[in-house]
Amino acid sequence: MSKTNKKGKKVSRRKFLVRGGLGTLGVLAVGTYLFRNPIRRNILAYANSMDMAYMGSGMEPMIWFEVTSDNQIILHSPKVEMGQGTFTGLAQMAADELDVSMNQIQIVHAQTDTGNIDTFSTGGSTSVAGLWQPLRELAATMREMIKVEGAKKLGVSVNEISSENAQLTAAGNSITYADAVKDVTEWEVPNTPPLRDLKEYKFIGKPIARIDLEAKVFGDPIFGLDAEMPDMLYGAVVRPDKIGATFVSSDTSAAESMPGVVQIIQEEDFVGVVARSYSEAENAKQAIKVDWSVERDWSSEEIQAILQVGEGNASLIQKEGSDIDDSSEVIEMEFSSPIGAHAQIEPNGVLAYVNGDKATIHISTQVVNLTRKEVAKRLGFDEVQVNIVPTYLGGGFGRRLHTPHAVQAAVMSRIVGKPVKYCFSRKEEFQHDMFRPPTHHVLKANLDESGMIKAIRHDFSSGDVAIDSPLLPGFVHSILGADVGAIRGGFCQYSAIPNIRTVSWHVELPFATSWWRSLGLLANTFAWESFMDELAVKSGKDPVSFRLAHIQDDEAGTRLKAVIQAAAVKANYTDEIVDGRAMGFAASTDAGTPCAQVAEVSLKNGKIKVHKVTCAMDPGVAVNPDQVKAQCEGSIIMGISASLFEKMEIRNSELSPTIYGPYQMALMKHAPKEIDVVLLQGIDKPGPVGEPPLGPIGAAIANAVYRLTGERLTAMPLQA
Amino acid sequence: MTISFQINGQAKSMDIEDGNTPLLWVIRDMLNHKGTKFGCGKAACGACTLLIDGEAVRSCSYAVKFAAGKSITTIEGLGNKENPHPVQQAWIEEIVPQCGYCQPGFMMATAALLEKIPQPTDEDIDKNIINVCRCGTYYRMRKAIHKAAQIKAESIDPINS
Ligand code: FES
Ligand code: FES
Repeated sequence: MSKTNKKGKKVSRRKFLVRGGLGTLGVLAVGTYLFRNPIRRNILAYANSMDMAYMGSGMEPMIWFEVTSDNQIILHSPKVEMGQGTFTGLAQMAADELDVSMNQIQIVHAQTDTGNIDTFSTGGSTSVAGLWQPLRELAATMREMIKVEGAKKLGVSVNEISSENAQLTAAGNSITYADAVKDVTEWEVPNTPPLRDLKEYKFIGKPIARIDLEAKVFGDPIFGLDAEMPDMLYGAVVRPDKIGATFVSSDTSAAESMPGVVQIIQEEDFVGVVARSYSEAENAKQAIKVDWSVERDWSSEEIQAILQVGEGNASLIQKEGSDIDDSSEVIEMEFSSPIGAHAQIEPNGVLAYVNGDKATIHISTQVVNLTRKEVAKRLGFDEVQVNIVPTYLGGGFGRRLHTPHAVQAAVMSRIVGKPVKYCFSRKEEFQHDMFRPPTHHVLKANLDESGMIKAIRHDFSSGDVAIDSPLLPGFVHSILGADVGAIRGGFCQYSAIPNIRTVSWHVELPFATSWWRSLGLLANTFAWESFMDELAVKSGKDPVSFRLAHIQDDEAGTRLKAVIQAAAVKANYTDEIVDGRAMGFAASTDAGTPCAQVAEVSLKNGKIKVHKVTCAMDPGVAVNPDQVKAQCEGSIIMGISASLFEKMEIRNSELSPTIYGPYQMALMKHAPKEIDVVLLQGIDKPGPVGEPPLGPIGAAIANAVYRLTGERLTAMPLQA
Repeated sequence: MTISFQINGQAKSMDIEDGNTPLLWVIRDMLNHKGTKFGCGKAACGACTLLIDGEAVRSCSYAVKFAAGKSITTIEGLGNKENPHPVQQAWIEEIVPQCGYCQPGFMMATAALLEKIPQPTDEDIDKNIINVCRCGTYYRMRKAIHKAAQIKAESIDPINS
């Protein structure tokens, strides 16, 4: 069997270990679950562990790797780089099996035309973990394919050849990879060779500098908004200020005669303008008057009211032993978190060119495949007629899982017959974000005579995270009942507690909410770990040994205990206040990665100041320990920002603030001066990294403030 | 109107229809220097920071007409791969960027700070470096700013280096 790839070279039969979607699911990270229905159990396990198999279509080494004439390997990545360091990790993994050095490998985003398309997304901290096996197998196979060609050129048999630094050597003769493969017309693809032992790798596990470091330090034009095409025009689309607004009519007469306006765009579902420059498009947009109809007014208070536990639809997602015993003493606390914005610095934007029966879309997107599908559908094209050119993302955080702007730009481009670039204003970013949903939590526990937890129950309520997401098969929600995103971090990780109930409540909110880095983890962990701290205090134990006493010695428990102990030791955890500073402790398990943090906090004029954070995390194999640390540092600072400052409000159906500053975020002065990260390796493969360290920080800060003031902070943003 | 200025050491005369056009768009879209970024358009994030006569300026909120006769430096003119500015050198050594989008603005703000305060304290940094980084790279940036100050001092004063 053979087929022809894009370079016209024949590909013969090969075998790869390809893993499919929901078929191979990880072991549950915590507890056991109620469900006897294996499908439901699997989906829940998947949602909790995010043990995501690679769901790409590209399994031919030739669509992943290119050998250039100057002996460089170009890796075409179906995953996008949004700051999380994935490109560097993937390059390390590939280089180690390809036998090339780090300066012999480059990595670029795979355009969809290459056929190397990831059908899921870049998100959920799955890129390096999910590609760990397939990418190394692809690279090893490619290496063997190059050897086969080299053997022919050198006149030796394949097993006489050794490979190093993109060079093949046999019997004293050498040939570069480039020379070995330069006139290959038909590749012979061997069976997948065995992978090397972890110890043999030269780059995996080393703190290699980011592969995109220079591009980012010297200001190279690598982002979506930097894309250019000849004769490009600029678009703008009018958006309502109020939530739930629907289009009635528009008056574009004033805008039509504005300087630089090329065309007013009137579509069924949007009104826009195309002009010669960004400023002219924006000015004309301001002059378009749109009549919107708004059914009713919403306020933050009303959202709060419908969000209360008990208001929405409940699903029991964790059941162990029996429920809380209401007849004995019940300790109960409530917690809440606000609406959060993504606030990534690069606004959403796109450059689209529809030229005849072909569309080209340059865009910062986390959902390359979905963006292509949506554009194709709107244009009435087949998907192969649309080439998505993914760019580096100026921040992702889940915001770029939704790209309807690509469709709008494509429509505008088709109408004017030229490339059209368009981006959101910052106000539009804030008002039309797909927000982190607000949450409400009720926790209850019974303690026994010795102060151990006998029974615990977590009820949490959230707006949509993953429900109705085009990224997940529709059956996930209908089978499960619960929102697989909102439940991240919602489970009880204290597996030694005999009686556990976790109930997820789902409410419909009148504005769009979705995935925000770590999904439900930040808010759920804030609630869980503040409550655990309270229970430790109630039972007269220190928060570290109290936690350890409630964890079983299974694999997940052993890893969780190890990070808790490591964080406590590294931070010299104490319940005492030293020099006006107190420590707060918290831990979480997200997507199978346990993480514990200690925050050192003081209060100055009633303001919370975080001086130092110690973080112990077990991501399994840290492919690039420096970048794993960078993800911990970044998550901690983003978590401080969300925990102390960030909050969207709704007045008369208008979301605000609409600009940085009023939407307060952590700045340089708020970042801890010390962040100490300890990495453990409890398993021999890489686990998720980009989101798990966001879990504990909110609770760690709140628990430190409790030690300073005796007051439990129960609402984010935290105010002492 | 014709507006003349220097950019990264080169004299430019630009035909500009509306003198109130933000300098950012002239630089990005007319001069095609893409290193200066758009984040908010309201002087609130600092992604568009560049130097005008050595001062850090948020170019999204600076009308191009005011640039007449001035000298502008963008990230492309700060240094290059062969000859990086001390700030860029320090940024590389500390592996600061994550997504990287905010970084040119921070590096330009830092370059301006080091001209005024060659050895900034943590407090100086807190007061003067007020851009927004969503990826949360502040921890490494602070280390890089101190390191840049050191690299700069050593390059000026080779005897003590
Ligand atoms: S774009 Fe100029 S400060 Fe944000
Ligand atoms: S590095 Fe991403 S916003 Fe700063």
